[in-house]
Amino acid sequence: MVRKTLLSQQKFETILNRLACQLIEKHKDFQNTVLIGLQPRGIYLLNRLISILEESYGIKNISHGKLDVTFFRDDFRRAETILSPKSTKMDVIVENKLVVLIDDVLYTGRSIRAALTAIDSFGRPNEIELLVLIDRRFSRHLPIQPDYLGTQIDAIQGDKVKVQWNKNGIENIVYIEEK
Amino acid sequence: MTRNKLSVDHLLGIKYLTENDLNLIFQTASHFKEIINRPIKKVPSLRDITIANLFFENSTRTKLSFELAEKRLSADVINFSYSGSSISKGENLIDTISNIIAMKVDIIVLRHPSPGSALFVSKNINSCIINAGDGTHEHPSQGLLDAYSLIEKLGNLKGKKIAIVGDVLHSRVALSNVFLLNTLGAEIKLCAPKSLLPKDIESLGVTATDDLVNTLKWCDAVNMLRIQNERTDVKFFPSNREYSKLFGLDREKFNKVKKDVLILHPGPINRGVEITSDLADSENAIILNQVENGVAIRMAIIYLLASKLKMIDYDY
Repeated sequence: MVRKTLLSQQKFETILNRLACQLIEKHKDFQNTVLIGLQPRGIYLLNRLISILEESYGIKNISHGKLDVTFFRDDFRRAETILSPKSTKMDVIVENKLVVLIDDVLYTGRSIRAALTAIDSFGRPNEIELLVLIDRRFSRHLPIQPDYLGTQIDAIQGDKVKVQWNKNGIENIVYIEEK
Repeated sequence: MTRNKLSVDHLLGIKYLTENDLNLIFQTASHFKEIINRPIKKVPSLRDITIANLFFENSTRTKLSFELAEKRLSADVINFSYSGSSISKGENLIDTISNIIAMKVDIIVLRHPSPGSALFVSKNINSCIINAGDGTHEHPSQGLLDAYSLIEKLGNLKGKKIAIVGDVLHSRVALSNVFLLNTLGAEIKLCAPKSLLPKDIESLGVTATDDLVNTLKWCDAVNMLRIQNERTDVKFFPSNREYSKLFGLDREKFNKVKKDVLILHPGPINRGVEITSDLADSENAIILNQVENGVAIRMAIIYLLASKLKMIDYDY
C-alpha cells in the first residue's frame, strides 16, 4: 500500500485558521449557532476549531455537541462489518438555531444524509450548514455539498483518505493510502 | 476489547451468552438509552424488519417494553395473544408460528408457559427467536436489564454481593440472574423458605439461606421476587402473612442493615407481601429505572440480532 501526504502540518494549520475565520464571518459571536461534530473523526476537527476560535479570536462559550449517526445510516445489514455506534452528547438546543455539521472527510455524502435525519431528533434548526476539512470530489452518491471547505482532493474509489490528528507529538497531516 | 457481533443467532437464555455478548448488549443499550431520552425517540435502523410478539402467557411490562423497543427501532410489529387465537381450535405451537413466519416475519418474540419452548421453536422454525420468558426456566431480557440497572448504580459487578429473595423455585428471573451475575463475577446469595429453593441450587455457584436480615447486611443489592401463585396449586408456606413476616422486605428489617442497599423488583409487585410500599417507593428502590432500562436493553437485543439477519437478495 502506497501512502502519500496530501496536506502537511503547516498547510493543515493554515486551513484550520481559514475555516475558523470563515465561520466568524457568518456566525459572528456564535450566540445563535451550534457546532456539531460527527462521530468519530469529526470530533477532532470540532475541538480544534473551538480551541482556535477561543484562543485566537476570544470567542467563548460556543454551543457544541457530538453526534453519532450509526442508527440513522442506510447500510444497516448491508455493510460487510456490523455497525458499531459511538457516543452522542447533545446537551445543546438546536431548535431555531444555526447548526454547523462538522466532519473531517466528505466522501459519498451518506453520513451527512444520516446526520441531517439524526439532528431532527433534537429539534428543528433554522438552518443547517456543512463544514469539512477534505472534500473527495467526484465521489458523491447524493446531492450534498459543503458550505465551508478545507481543500478538495481527487482520489479513486478504494483509496483511503485519512486525517491524522496531533497526538503524542505526531503532526497533523492528511494522507492518502492508494490501493 | 468487546467484539461487535453476538455469538448467538437467537436469545434463548443467558446461559448461551458469553461475557463479550453481555458487554456488547450493555454498551449498545447505553446508546439506546441516550436515544430514548431525546425529544424524538425513534431511529430508522429496522424499517425493513417485521417482528411478531407471541405471548402465550399474560404480560404487561415485558410485552409493552418489547413493543416499544421494536417501534423505537422503526420495525413493523404484530401482536398475538393466546386468548382468541386458533390455539383454542387445536392448532399446535409450530403450526401457529409457521403460519406467522409465512407472512414474512423476521423475528419472533416468544413468551410461553413451557420451559424450553423458545429452544424448541428455534430448532423447528427458521427464524430469529427471542425468549421473553419460558415457564419457570429463563427470562433473559429481564436478567439483562436487572444487571444493566445494577451496573449503572454499582459499576463493575465483579465481587459485588447480590441477593435474590423470594420464590426462586418458580422464578425464571432468578435463574437468568444467577447465570448472568455469575458470568460477570458477582457473588450471589439466594434467600427463601427451603420449600421455595430448588434442590442442589448451590451447584450453580450460589449460596442459599433463609435468614433475610443477615442477607441484607451482606449484600450491595437485593432483588425481591414475587410469589408465583399461578404456577402451582400446592402451598409452599402456611400463609402470606407468615411469609411476609419472615421474607417480606419492610422498614423494620431494612433499618437493621445500616447501609445503603439497592432494591430491585422485576414486577409485578405484590405490595405488603414481598415488599412494603414505603420501601418499594423509597430512594433505595431502582424499580422504575429497571423499567426504563428494559426498553433500552430490548432495543439493543433486537438491534444486535437483526444485524445478523441475512439481507434479502435485491438481485432479481
